[in-house]
Amino acid sequence: MEKELWKGNEAIAEAALRAGCDCYFGYPITPQSEVPEYMSAHMPKYGKVFVQAESELAAINMVYGAGGAGLRAMTSSSSPGISLQQEGITYLAGAEVPCVIVNCMRGGPGLGTIQPGQSDYYQCTRGGGNGDYRTLVLAPSNIQETVDCIQEAFDIADQYRNPVMVVMDGLIGQMMEPIEWKPYKKRELAPKDWAATGRYGREEHNIINSLYIDPELCDVHNKHLAEKYALIEKNEVRWECIDCDDAEVIITAYGTPARIALTALENLRAQGIKVGLFRPITLWPFPEKALHDLVGNDNVKVILDVELSSTGQMIDDIRLAVEGRKPIRYLGHAGGVMPTVEEICETAINALKEVK
Amino acid sequence: MKKEIIISGFGGQGGLAIGKNLVEAGMAEGLFVTWAPSYGPEMRGGTANCSVVLSDKPVGSPVFNHPTELIALNEPSLEKFEAGVLPGGVVFINSDVVTDKVSREDLKAIYVPCSKIAEEVGNPKVGNMVMLGAYVAQTKVLKPETIEHMIEEMFAGPKAKFIPLNIEAFRRGMACVE
Repeated sequence: MEKELWKGNEAIAEAALRAGCDCYFGYPITPQSEVPEYMSAHMPKYGKVFVQAESELAAINMVYGAGGAGLRAMTSSSSPGISLQQEGITYLAGAEVPCVIVNCMRGGPGLGTIQPGQSDYYQCTRGGGNGDYRTLVLAPSNIQETVDCIQEAFDIADQYRNPVMVVMDGLIGQMMEPIEWKPYKKRELAPKDWAATGRYGREEHNIINSLYIDPELCDVHNKHLAEKYALIEKNEVRWECIDCDDAEVIITAYGTPARIALTALENLRAQGIKVGLFRPITLWPFPEKALHDLVGNDNVKVILDVELSSTGQMIDDIRLAVEGRKPIRYLGHAGGVMPTVEEICETAINALKEVK
Repeated sequence: MKKEIIISGFGGQGGLAIGKNLVEAGMAEGLFVTWAPSYGPEMRGGTANCSVVLSDKPVGSPVFNHPTELIALNEPSLEKFEAGVLPGGVVFINSDVVTDKVSREDLKAIYVPCSKIAEEVGNPKVGNMVMLGAYVAQTKVLKPETIEHMIEEMFAGPKAKFIPLNIEAFRRGMACVE
């Protein structure tokens, strides 16, 4: 298949259209505004619905309505806009309405910066909304993987009746790379007999609702959700390991930092330093067992986590997986400053010296 | 082979387009490529740049601080990026806009009068094609035929009248490099 050059954000929009996205609701924000721009130009051609909502809050509630009616609904935004959507996301999760939410992350807190960031890790994996809920979070690190994830995200959302987030730092949205439009493996999906589309002779109404005023029923509902999350943890966890088998230093990173770390890895390997890269592709469910088993290997001396975050956020999940068995070092920048290949190499070498 | 190129200039000078042409041609030749723009609240007359990687292996980092080549279309770009160029690297300068010279002795400097040549071939907008020609002739990472074919595809249909102009600008740029 022929390769085509695509800008990340436009590729996200095109991928969603190819996955059968029926309706898009959003509000422009840098660095993802090309997503709604592309959608506004192309959705009407296919008879699909594009609405530029009056705010991100309105957009997520439009997603709730459209998803509740059984349509493939999507919104996209960047960090501050995703913050505004947290209430809607917990309602979607509570009412088990499938949808796809793209967060093209920028630096925070508050309005922060429009430059790339990864400081929404807590927000997307722990939930900024209330209640015991989870969103499945895919974190691609190049544009090919992004379009593959976006297309699959709609199927995953429908399969589990759950919001799926696809998160990438702003650089992936802004950059261009060749991709192939591979046909994605469609999942077998049950008909949406729960959707609120009219009664059509059924005895019961379908009601989209997250309110369980009876505590017993709310307890049952939460148990059901917990079982679903356990199933997602069992089935959907993804990660990539590069050169980990004999590695003394394991670098953990996702998104663009994982790519920078890969170049650092190549440089370090050329110097004979045994470095591996562990890249989570799902942030929730986090590949906890895979990392747990990997760092149990005797050859692993130290873990170096690299993120676009000043304090580190994914590092908490790494600590849970490592269980204190090996030392962990951290390298991070926020505000759009990228860690450099040289910095990663130096930090990895120093970390190894310290622990050996 | 791995080329890491920074192209920088005023918005509107065609720097981002040079980068896009390089990755399109690289892709046509089967190379692995990435194009990453700087983006931000740039003011009119401010500087825009992009980072391009052309490689025979899959690209890890799409951003870097030490380019193998720098294409500086204006003075602030040379000031900002010269120090970071890898020793032995090449700096291409639009000498109609930039009056400063490359100060480091471990770099090869190629001065290309992009604007003057563009005027001579008949359109001030083709200065970026002149620079592209100089880059291709110096580095030899891409075949001139690939670029010329790309120009023919870029200006297909009603824009076909621009093909000879762009090809001439590209060839004049190549001729700037011995």
